[in-house]
Formats: sequence, C-alpha cells, structure tokens
Amino acid sequence: MSTGSTARSLPGSGEERRHLIVAIVNNKPGVLNRVASLMRARNFNIESLAVSVTERSDTSRMTLTIVGDEVHVEQAAKQLYKLIDVLKVQDVTDESIVEHEFALIKVRATKRTRPEIVSVAEMHRSKVVDLGDEAVIVEAVGEPTEIDTLVELLREFGIKELVRTGSVVMSRGSGSIEEQVKR
Amino acid sequence: MTQAGHVPGAGTPAASAAERARRDMLRDARITARDGVRPRIGADALCEAILLQGSDTIWGYPGGVILPLYDVLVDHPELRHILVRHEQAASHAADGYARASGNVGVCLGTSGPGATNLVTGIGTAMLDSVPLVVITGNVPNALIGKDAFQEIDITGITLPMTKHNYLVRSADEIPHVIAEAFHLARSGRPGPVHVDITKDALMGQTTATHPSVAEVEAGLPGYKPKLDGHPRQIKLLAEAIAGAKRPVILAGHGVLIARAERELLELARAAHIPITWTLLGIGVIDETDPLAYGYMGMHGWKHVNRAIQSADLLIGIGMRFDDRVTGNVRTYAPKAKIVHIDIDPAEIGKNVVADLPIVGDAKHVLDALLPLTTKVDPTTRVDYFAELATWRTESEASSWHGSGGFRDGVLSADFVVERVAAGSNFDANLTADVGQNQMWVARYGGFRRANSHLSSGGLGTMGFALPAAMGAAVAVPGKVSWAIAGDGGFQMTLQELATIVQERIPVKIALMDNKKLGMIRQWQEIVYGGNYHSEELAGPDYLKLCEAYGLPAWKVAKPEEVDAAVAAALAADGPALIWFEIAERQNVYPMMPAGKGLSDLIDKWGDDGEDITEGDSGPRVDPTDPQSGGAR
Repeated sequence: MSTGSTARSLPGSGEERRHLIVAIVNNKPGVLNRVASLMRARNFNIESLAVSVTERSDTSRMTLTIVGDEVHVEQAAKQLYKLIDVLKVQDVTDESIVEHEFALIKVRATKRTRPEIVSVAEMHRSKVVDLGDEAVIVEAVGEPTEIDTLVELLREFGIKELVRTGSVVMSRGSGSIEEQVKR
Repeated sequence: MTQAGHVPGAGTPAASAAERARRDMLRDARITARDGVRPRIGADALCEAILLQGSDTIWGYPGGVILPLYDVLVDHPELRHILVRHEQAASHAADGYARASGNVGVCLGTSGPGATNLVTGIGTAMLDSVPLVVITGNVPNALIGKDAFQEIDITGITLPMTKHNYLVRSADEIPHVIAEAFHLARSGRPGPVHVDITKDALMGQTTATHPSVAEVEAGLPGYKPKLDGHPRQIKLLAEAIAGAKRPVILAGHGVLIARAERELLELARAAHIPITWTLLGIGVIDETDPLAYGYMGMHGWKHVNRAIQSADLLIGIGMRFDDRVTGNVRTYAPKAKIVHIDIDPAEIGKNVVADLPIVGDAKHVLDALLPLTTKVDPTTRVDYFAELATWRTESEASSWHGSGGFRDGVLSADFVVERVAAGSNFDANLTADVGQNQMWVARYGGFRRANSHLSSGGLGTMGFALPAAMGAAVAVPGKVSWAIAGDGGFQMTLQELATIVQERIPVKIALMDNKKLGMIRQWQEIVYGGNYHSEELAGPDYLKLCEAYGLPAWKVAKPEEVDAAVAAALAADGPALIWFEIAERQNVYPMMPAGKGLSDLIDKWGDDGEDITEGDSGPRVDPTDPQSGGAR
C-alpha cells in the first residue's frame, strides 16, 4: 500500500478576506463574554465589534468583522450559533447591505489651519462638532473606507485622538434579520 | 473543603439544643405555603428537580456554602448521595454513570477549590459529548465578586468547557434552571451543563413550580438541534452507496448516543459494508459480527487503516475525523469520497472536507436512509471482502495471538486485557485509563455490547478509570464493572479505593503495572530517539495498599495465573483488585506517529525485529513539529 498521489485538500481556500457577521443574541449579562470567549478559544480574531439592543429589549445585535477564508469564517458562525444565547447568525458580507461606521476625530488646529480642516470635513459629508482653541472634533459617518480616507486627509494636521465604533450593517430592501428569529 | 465554625461537641446537651434550634429554623424557612406548592427552600427545590429528571444518584463532596443542600438531603431519601474522596472523582463518576447508562450524570461540589477540582471531569465530558449536570455552591450573593473565602469565578472558568452554564442567585430560579440544564445536557449533541448556585438561592424560600419539557423548550429560542437530515442529501447518500465498490462505514460515539446500533447494522447488512469504529465508537457492533472490521486510527488495526486508505466511499456517522483518526489529512483516504453525518453542524467541514455533508441525528438519518438503500448482493463484493479478510489475518498475526501471553518472558498487557474481558464472556463494562492501557483495551477488549466500553477519548484524562468505573458500577448494577488502569493513571485517583469500600461499590480493578509511564516511554523511544526522562514510576506495594483500604487483592506475574485471579476477583463480594506485573518495555503497535498519515504505520513485534514502516515517509517525526500533538 502506498500513499496516493492525489493529496486530499484541507478545508478552506486559504484566501483571507474581511467578513461581516451579524448575530442576534439574548440581551442578558454575560452573553458578550460568551461570544468573546468562544472567538478567543477557537482562534478567531475580532477586528471590530458593535453591540446594541434591538427593537426588542430582550435581544441585542452584534456586528462582528473577522478576517479569514470562507471555511474559517463559516466555522466561526457555526460555533457562535451553538451558544444557547445566540438566536441567529448571518454572514452578510456578500449581501446587498448598508455598512456604516461612526467616528470622532480630534484634530490639532490653529487659527490658520482651522478653516482648512472645516472644509476637508465638509467635503466628506462630515461635520465639526466641537471647536476649541487648539483642536476641533470632526464627526464622520460612512463606509469604513470613506472614514479611512478622511482620517488620512486629517492626519497632516495632526490627530490627537480617534475613536471608531466599528461597522454596523443592515440589509437593503424589506428583509429583516430580526424578524427571521423564531420565537 | 469544609470550613466549619466552632460547634459544640456531638452528644452534649448544648449540641442537641443547637440541633433542635437549627431544625426549627429550617422548618420555619420551609413554612408559608402558597399557591398549593409545597413550602420549601431552594435546596429542597433542587433535590425535587433532580429527581423529576429521573436521576437518583449524586456524586459529591460537601463544603461550607453547599451545606444547606446537605441539610435537606435526609428529607429526600430517594436521592442517593455518594461521598467521593476528591471532587475530580465526582465528575468522572457522574461521567461513567452517564456513559454506561445513557442517563444524565449528576455531580456536586462546594465553591472555590471544590468547584475547580470538578473542572477536569467537566472538560473530559465536554470533549466526549457526555451528558452531565454539574452543581456547585457559591458564596452568598452579597459576597460575589469580593474575593470572599472559597470564592472563585467558577462560571468564568467553566464557560468554554460546558455546553452552557448558569449562575443562580435566587431560589425562584432553581426549578427552571435545573430542568433547562438537564434538557440541554441530554438533547442534541450532549454535554456537561454547569449550575452554580449561591448560598442565598439554596436557603431562600420559593414556591416556584417545575416546568414541563414544552415550557423548557419554549424558553430556549436559540436552541434547536436538527435531528432529521436533509432528504435530498440522504437520497444522494443512497445513490453513493449503490455506486460504491469499496465502501467503509466509520462509526463513532454519535451512533451510540443516538442508540442507532440496530439501524447501523441494518444498513451494513443491506448494502454489505464493513463497519469500522473510532475509539468512542467501540460497541456500535458486536465485534464477532462478520461485518465488524475493527478499530481505526493512530493505534488502530493495520487492516482497518488499510481498508480506509483504499476505500472509494467513507461513510462517517457520528464521528468527527479528529487527528487521532485521520493522521495527516492530506494523505487520508486519497481515493475516497467522504460522507459526513453528524448532529453538530460545526463538525462538518471542520477537519476534512465532506463531499456529502448530512446534518442530523444518526438514528433519524439512518431511519430515512434504510428504505432508500439498494440491497447489495454479497456475491458482488466477494473480491473486496476476500481482500479485507486477508489483510485482517495478516494484521492479527502480528498481535498477542502469537505471543502466548509472554513478552520478554513476562506477562503481556494485551493478553491480560483479553483474559479480563473473557472472564465475563465479553459482557462486562470495561473502563480504560489513558495511555498504553487505553489502547490495549480498545484493541483487545472484544466488545460485544453498546456502552460497555468507557474511555476518555477527547481530553485523554489520566485518572479516569477508577472513578468512572465506579459510576458505571452504580449505573448498571447487573453488569461487572472493570477499571483497567496503568500504574500512572491509577496513582492519580487511587484515593477512591476508600469510596468503593465505604459504599460497597463492586468495581473490579485490573492494575497494569509496568512501573513506567508506558506511553511516554514509548514516545521517548520512538519519537525522541531514546532520550528517556520522567518515565520511571515507582509505586507502593499494592497488596499492602489494598489491605490498608480493606479490599481483596491478588498479584499476578505469570500468564497461567491470569484466569484464576480474574475468577477470584469476580467471585469476591464487592470491590477487588488484581495487580498485574506486566512487561516493562512493551509498546503499543501499530503506531502512527502524530502528524504522519494512516499509511505510515510503525509496526514491530518482538524486540529483535526491525521497525516495519509502510508508505512514502519514514517513521521518524520532528518533535518540534506542532502538528505532532503529544503523548499520553
């Protein structure tokens, strides 16, 4: 008996990309810990995570972005779904969705640069929400890549502080992931 | 674990007055009936809830915060509490009870160290999908998070190794949480569920009622195990079977959990397919059945691995293609189409790519498959089965059958296992420990009955055999319960000798003493170039040890003494031990070095022989290769 010439392929293509996972979970203490613990134990790295209560006060919605190949990410989704407090999991990466992120950017400003900063912000559908002597705060909402661009443009003025919420997503059209949760 | 305050000496007037006062307080706490529900405290509700689930045995150890439960146990005499000597044994005993009976095992410990000692048994049950309900006490609500005496974040610790866990702070939650815990433990893919209950919840009054199964299910919208396979996939499976020339069934623990042994045999007979099994699949078929082909994997039979490597269709049922089964996935069954049936969708596509995945319970899927299965005339598979028979004869010739019970002039371990099993006509429950003994039991136990083989397969927990055999003995009193352990594993939990003597649990122990950590020694010989370290293992005089604990024991060093000793141990009323002095340097062969493929088996019989290696690559493996896993 000899080893066959055709090697069996391992699960997964190995082609990594960013995936967006939406999970509807019970709004109970400890559920975030269960999700985070599972992702850690199974070696999935969470790039961003946004959590908030849904239209129903007894459920929360989590939006996770993770990087991996399709089998790796599917495995993450399946393991998540095994948690008793997880009601629904969906990989929405390839669906028709609105994906937005919110950011606050505190930019170093002088009398001279302030008008420039304001105009950069306005060109990017962002607004200035605080004007100080030495800094302004720009508020941005949009796709993560749009925020990336804005951050790059503002970097030349000097960024003192940056906070981003991570992506939240919603499918276009009338479909609702929350309505798909069977009760 | 118990931290008791100063108490008056037993039997003194002060003590009886204190006892009267305490019972009065307990009675007061239980009074105030409402809504027709019997007045009681949380600890009473806990006992009722366990009994309502059909469990009558708790393996436990008391301690400060769990004492309110021990205070009411006397009022629930139907519930048998068995006092172990260490909480780890409580969780293994509950595990053995569950594996042997198919019912949920229940174990109990106090907060802090009592709870952490249970953890190894919880992990063992998790990796092997064993239904357990693990109950721990915790400090009063007000002390949670204050680093109080014997307080630890035990739900944080058990979270990643349980199917689910709970922290219960109020007596009112107890009936529902316990019912839910049992439901989760036993349904779907079973597993351990941990319920941590504060002292306040145990002592608080409650009138909460016990929920029905429907009410429990309604409260779990996120939990819907999928039992039925997809009809289209099942139809495709029937077609694949009809077209296969060299099909092999790989049966795992899921078949036993689903109680689908009969359906499995019907399929094998109808389509004339040999059945092979994983470590935890042992017992899916009577090993003397013509369609029973053998145990697969790292230390499996060479003929079985050969059949798998040459198959054109692998039908995996209730198993997970783990690394001990497949070896290097790239060289695994290169010609085979893989069908994977499992109740857990996360197992499909995790370790191997399934050409035909079917998510569902083994029994449900097989029930749906059988009517679609084309009956195969055995004469069409004559060549295939003739080849399988030849391979089997070759591979069995290199086993103990040729050794006459000797190896290097002393007792051979595989011979001992076979004679121990034969002593009860292969009808006893055999609980293995971990290491070489585990593989000898798997290979030579000659199992004929479902759930008669107990082994820590996934976690590989040394010290498992004695406490788990204790659980099996209590769960199935009609069958002999053997613990077959090496001297390493036995010394990890031998304190339970006191438990089996005190509780009169008739466990028979086969101690396989090679004065070594045998599997460690084997790995150091084969994988680490003979660089032996920490494999020499001294032990006590086990006859004196047994005398001290008060159980009969025999020492056997010659093959011709084995049968008589087994008969004597079986005839002994209650527990007994046989101390087998086996060959010190016997290896388990064949062996697939971790990271290698099923075709790369090392096979060697006789010290003067050379290692016989098949396949493209040699037996030496790189110990620094992370793919290689470890010994034990």
